[in-house]
Amino acid sequence: MSTLVEVKSVTKVYKRDTLEIPVLQNISLDVPEGEFLALMGPSGSGKTTLLNLISGIDQPTSGSILVAGTDIAKLNESALAKWRSRNIGFVFQFYNLLPVLTAYENVELPLLLTNLSKKEKKERVEAVLSVVGLADRMDHSPRQLSGGQQQRVAIARAVVTDPTLLIGDEPTGDLDRKSAEEILTLLGRLNSEFKKTIIMVTHDPHAAGSAHKIQHLDKGELTSQ
Amino acid sequence: MNVLKLVYKNLLRHKLRSLLTILGIAVAVLAFGLLRTVVTAWSYGVEASSADRLITRHAVSFIFPLPYSYKSQIEAVPGVTTVSYANWFQGIYKDQSFENFFPRIAVDPETIFKVYSEYSVPDDQLAAFKKQRNACIVGRKLAEQHGFKIGDIINVRGDIYPGDWEFVVAGIYVGNDKSADETQMFFQWDYLNERSRQVAAWATDHVGWYIIRIANMNDAPAVSEAIDAIYLNSAAKTKTETEKAFQQSFVSLSGAIITSLELVSYVIIGIILMVLANTIIMSARERIREYAVLKTLGFTSFHVVGLIAGESLFISMLGGTAGILLAFPVCEGFGAQFPTMFPVFKMAGSTIAMAAAFSILVGVIAAVFPAYRSAKMQIVDGLRQIG
Repeated sequence: MSTLVEVKSVTKVYKRDTLEIPVLQNISLDVPEGEFLALMGPSGSGKTTLLNLISGIDQPTSGSILVAGTDIAKLNESALAKWRSRNIGFVFQFYNLLPVLTAYENVELPLLLTNLSKKEKKERVEAVLSVVGLADRMDHSPRQLSGGQQQRVAIARAVVTDPTLLIGDEPTGDLDRKSAEEILTLLGRLNSEFKKTIIMVTHDPHAAGSAHKIQHLDKGELTSQ
Repeated sequence: MNVLKLVYKNLLRHKLRSLLTILGIAVAVLAFGLLRTVVTAWSYGVEASSADRLITRHAVSFIFPLPYSYKSQIEAVPGVTTVSYANWFQGIYKDQSFENFFPRIAVDPETIFKVYSEYSVPDDQLAAFKKQRNACIVGRKLAEQHGFKIGDIINVRGDIYPGDWEFVVAGIYVGNDKSADETQMFFQWDYLNERSRQVAAWATDHVGWYIIRIANMNDAPAVSEAIDAIYLNSAAKTKTETEKAFQQSFVSLSGAIITSLELVSYVIIGIILMVLANTIIMSARERIREYAVLKTLGFTSFHVVGLIAGESLFISMLGGTAGILLAFPVCEGFGAQFPTMFPVFKMAGSTIAMAAAFSILVGVIAAVFPAYRSAKMQIVDGLRQIG
């Protein structure tokens, strides 16, 4: 398997007024294509920061991050936005669906940035909603859905553009056991059936157990594998 | 779905807040339109002035009359085609209430409608007016307001010219365009002059002002100068100016009020801005996390600015349109309440354009700060926001 994500000597330091807070220190990590990787670690270990850097929503202080051969640290804001829309699917802990939109419209959101026809968009949205098992709930607003269902809509939104990489930041963190299990099964299916490369941050060892590989972070450093 | 639909859906997120903001803007735009219309109506006489009419009055003040004998001398000035004259009569009709006030002016029946060609009177009515010494002609709006009909008698108690005065309605004039004043009453100057001999000797054989029609409006300065030169060494020196300048001098007497009204109208624009800015800032602050999510999905800062500005513009334009539409019937009703004070009370095209332009401008300005803040927001900071 070829390497999809190459994190090379990445350091991230946050500046708060005059204070410098090192979060990641000289991190290097390779993620092969088709991998399902879980990043674990205590709060403040830097796992979400690493995820943000890989997904291009934050920039490293030093080092480089290559995703499918593109050094995303060198892209400007608009190029990075375009790159994210094509390559990254993001699943948040708290779903982050837009409450004024229906499930269908939430899933359709990323497609507004594409040149697909109305018909093509419809086909794609319906297809992914079927994959996550919510074809019969597409007209429901987030308020009318359970937490698990909302997360499934969020996963549908993340994969509707057929991204290279699926990023999950504690995707089961706000769910009950049963719903969490359903989400993990769904992510596993996306990895095995649809060949999606997944990097997931989690506190939960059970959730991490669904991944092929677990990487631990502590105090900004990768400690074990 | 498209981005516009997202703007629309965001607008409906807090229906009551959006509705109240739109209503607030509508009321403010309505107030702006009404105030601006008062300002323009106040100076309508200036706008309605004819470029080829001059007014000659006493050089010291309008309240001092000029000898009637000046008429023939003014007629002889090169460039002058018609000379008419008038006296402000005033008087009291019924009582001194505002609704019973209307301009009562003594005029020369032979020339008045020649110099004021914007008024039309049927030939038979004009003939009747000329024939009967105490006849009068009233404007269409004035006739409608008081129910005056041809043959009616209008009793007026004189004040400047004491005594009880009786006028018979001989005709009703109409304006040839919308800006013509149809709220005046004209009666024969000869009637006033004859009775003045008994009740106001000081005014006998004197006129309040001359109305002069000239052949070429470009000659107005030269003709004015020529007229005033005749009376330079007389006891009653004259001041001749264009009708526009003459009307402007009246308007300038109320300059402070008009300036205040104009100022208040602009303050209202400021109020709209504050109302809308407050709403948009609140909305944008509540949605910081959503904007961060949109940016994560690949939407750019430009899209986020578009969403915020779009919502702001949508609200301001909706409120502005509602305010402008409401202003029409309100101005109509206001004008009907004060027909003699504001003979022409219609919202001007420039007022509508200003109201529309300010609505758009306010929509843009109100969005600037929240849009800038959201555009500059780092995604990771936005995602940490608890919404």
